[in-house]
Amino acid sequence: MAQIIVVTSGKGGVGKTTSSAAIATGLALQGHKTVVIDFDIGLRNLDLIMGCERRVVYDFVNVINGEANLNQALIKDKRCEKLFVLPASQTRDKDALTKEGVGRVLDDLAKEFDYILCDSPAGIEQGAMMALYFADIAIVTTNPEVSSVRDSDRILGMLQSKSRRAEQNLEPIKEYLLLTRYSPTRVKSGEMLSVEDVSEILAIPLLGVIPESQSVLKASNSGVPVIIDQESDAGLAYSDTVARLLGEDLPVRFITEEKKGFLQRIFGS
Amino acid sequence: MPKPSLELKGSSFTLSVLHINNQDLDAVAAELDHKLAQAPQFFIGAPLVVNLSGLDGEEVDVAALKQLLTSRQLVIVGVTGASAALNQQAKDQGLASIKAGKQSPVTPPQVRNTKIVKQNIRSGQQVYAKDGDLVIFGAVGNGAEVIADGSIHIYGALRGKAMAGAGGDRHAVIIAQSMEAELVSIAGQYWLAENLQQHCPGKSGCIRLEGESLIVESLPL
Repeated sequence: MAQIIVVTSGKGGVGKTTSSAAIATGLALQGHKTVVIDFDIGLRNLDLIMGCERRVVYDFVNVINGEANLNQALIKDKRCEKLFVLPASQTRDKDALTKEGVGRVLDDLAKEFDYILCDSPAGIEQGAMMALYFADIAIVTTNPEVSSVRDSDRILGMLQSKSRRAEQNLEPIKEYLLLTRYSPTRVKSGEMLSVEDVSEILAIPLLGVIPESQSVLKASNSGVPVIIDQESDAGLAYSDTVARLLGEDLPVRFITEEKKGFLQRIFGS
Repeated sequence: MPKPSLELKGSSFTLSVLHINNQDLDAVAAELDHKLAQAPQFFIGAPLVVNLSGLDGEEVDVAALKQLLTSRQLVIVGVTGASAALNQQAKDQGLASIKAGKQSPVTPPQVRNTKIVKQNIRSGQQVYAKDGDLVIFGAVGNGAEVIADGSIHIYGALRGKAMAGAGGDRHAVIIAQSMEAELVSIAGQYWLAENLQQHCPGKSGCIRLEGESLIVESLPL
């Protein structure tokens, strides 16, 4: 039975698409057949992050409207054969996403895939609602600052009231916290909320903490999911996150300030 | 101060009431003897009130009735339900005229419905307990609103807004394990976060209305 995972946040710019790309790639690298769907109709980004924007012919909306079949629209990843991308349409808007249409496409995908990742747009409108409606698992992406935490809390309320599982009184969506752009130095100086602060306010299990890292921007610009970069803290943190999603119990890394070495202290970093 | 030699206090007693429904005292005597024979010990010296309302205004000789009862070792305290004429006769015989206390109609106590929510209330969510109390096992997030016509109990942190006594109940209270609210209000009197910070000494608290202003008490939680 395929698991439908929504990567959501409420607030924009917190790292939903980066996380979707990284986690989808991570799941596929672990041998699970995975598809990642861009729900941000009109603001197509996932294909850029995944490095497949030149291969988009048909998109999600085409499939919903029956203008193309799934196999025509799915883009197979070049790096990992178990990974597929279903891109968004750049020329439509979110109203193209209907509950029936999205449900039908997800049903079809569920026959072939182990994991279906839904990369939600920001906000709480149609696009975001459709991305979370069918979810079994929600990864709530949050930055360690108050407005992001507030918006995540709002989205958690939506997950509990507006999703299919809530409406049909099924077992609730499993909610996980993914804390991104975490900077231990700024937490220590009081500029950022700590892992404990955010966990206490949102009161959901912590799936991972992704440190603020130059490598994320570099990876996005070059169209390579950051999880591929196993040299970087962010890449390793995403690998840990995927492992926890698959049931492993790992300690959280990169949440304390790195101690500077003797030479670094003298010459600066 | 010396103890006063007498005091006047009101008390209520339970007395047996003997209903006389027949003018014919011989018939009454016969039936009474039959009754007394069933439990003679019970009735010896028993104080009695005689209810004459069953006579429907017909005359009866109260003196003879008194004689009839006292001769059987019953003690008449007074009469009730008697006509004016019979009351006068009773008075002449040294009997009190007693009015039966009105039985207050039994009203069932007003039961309030308690609404119990076993989850966190998230930003943007609203919970309203109509005509009753609201109990939340979880936190109320910033931007969430909990409203009750009665009291609000939060077994967690209150970070959003809580409005108790929404229907005007001034006895409603707001109790939270951790008081970090944006706004608390009881029967329309409200505090914003900054007022709350001035007043809230501990983390847990109970907010209630005293007179026209809110007060907060810390709880030993």
